[in-house]
Amino acid sequence: MKTKRQRGAGLGIILCLGLLPAWAGADAVSSLRGQNDLDAPSLKAEITHYQKDGQVIERDYVQQPPLIPHKIEGYQINRKFNKCLSCHSWANYKESGATKISQTHFEDRDKHVLANISARRYFCTQCHVPQADAKPLVENTFEPIRAIRGK
Amino acid sequence: MSKQNKTDSSWFVCRLWSGFCKPSVKYSAGALLVVGFVAGIIFWGGFNTAMEATNNEAFCISCHEMKDNVYQEYKQTIHYSNRTGVRATCPDCHVPKEWFHKVVRKIQATNELYHKVMGTIDTPEKFESHRLELAQHVWQAMKETDSRECRNCHDFTSMDFSAQGRRAVSQHSKGLEEGKTCIDCHKGIAHSLPDMREVNPTATVGIN
Repeated sequence: MKTKRQRGAGLGIILCLGLLPAWAGADAVSSLRGQNDLDAPSLKAEITHYQKDGQVIERDYVQQPPLIPHKIEGYQINRKFNKCLSCHSWANYKESGATKISQTHFEDRDKHVLANISARRYFCTQCHVPQADAKPLVENTFEPIRAIRGK
Repeated sequence: MSKQNKTDSSWFVCRLWSGFCKPSVKYSAGALLVVGFVAGIIFWGGFNTAMEATNNEAFCISCHEMKDNVYQEYKQTIHYSNRTGVRATCPDCHVPKEWFHKVVRKIQATNELYHKVMGTIDTPEKFESHRLELAQHVWQAMKETDSRECRNCHDFTSMDFSAQGRRAVSQHSKGLEEGKTCIDCHKGIAHSLPDMREVNPTATVGIN
C-alpha cells in the first residue's frame, strides 16, 4: 500500500520526464565561452597585458589581499628565493620604498608567531595578483563600504 | 748509449739555433717575406677562426651540462625572447668582446674542460649542488669588471630614465649615485637562482 507522499513523488517524476524534451528544445544556455560548437575552436583569447607600473591600488574590502600595481613577469618565487621579498620584506622595504608585508604573514595556522615569514604565506601570488585593464565578464555593481571608500 | 743520444740531440738543437740566427744563403729575402706573410695570415686567421668557432651558442650547448640546465632556463627569459627581437646569446654575456679580455677568458675556460672530463656537473643533481658556487663565480667576475658584458648593450649614459617605470627610475638613480654595478641587483635574470638562503636571507623562507 503506497502512502500519499510516495504517490505524489512518483507523479512529480513522471511530470519532470515529460517536460524534459521541451526543456532540451528551448534556447540553449548561453555560456561565457559563447555559442560556438563544442568541437570548434574556442574564442580567441586576448593576451593579457599587465599594468607595467603604477601607484598603490586601494582595497575594495578590508580583508582583500592588496593588489600588485606592477608587472611580476619572470619573478622567481620558490624554495630557493622569493623575488617579491627582495623589496617587500621587513629588511628591504625601507630601502626599496615598497609596502612591507603584513605582520599576519608571520603566523602559522595555529596562530603561533614565527621569527620569519610563515611557509603558508610565503607564496605571494596565491593571494596577491597583478592587474590588467580587463573588461568585466559580467556586470558588477559592487561598491566598497563607506568605512573604506570614505564619504 | 744514452750519452750518445744526448750529444746528438744537443748538436741538433745547436744547429737549429745557429741556422735560425744566421741569414739564409739559399732563399731570397723576398721569398722568405712572402712565405712568412702567408704563414702569418694562415696562423692568425686559424687562431681567430678557432676562437670564434668556440664563441657561439651552438658550441656552448653542444655539451649537455649547458643544454639541459642553464640553456633551458635562459629560454624562458627576456634575453632569449622579447618584443623587439634582439637576443643576447651565451657569449654576449659570458665572454668579453675586447680581444685581450676574451683571450684571458678563453684560457680560463680550459678549467671547464677538466671538469667536463671529470663529470663534475654531468647530472641535474650534481649541477644543482654546484649551482651556488658557479653563480658566485659569475657574480664575482661581473662585479670585478663593473658588469662589462652587460654594458655592451645597457649603459647608464644611454639610458632614458623618463621612459622607465616608476620603480626602475628610483632604483637606477640610486644605483648610479651609489656607484653600483648591474649585477648587484640584477642577479638571476637569465638563469634560475641557486638557494639564496646564505646569500640573501632577507628574501628567502626559513628562520635565518
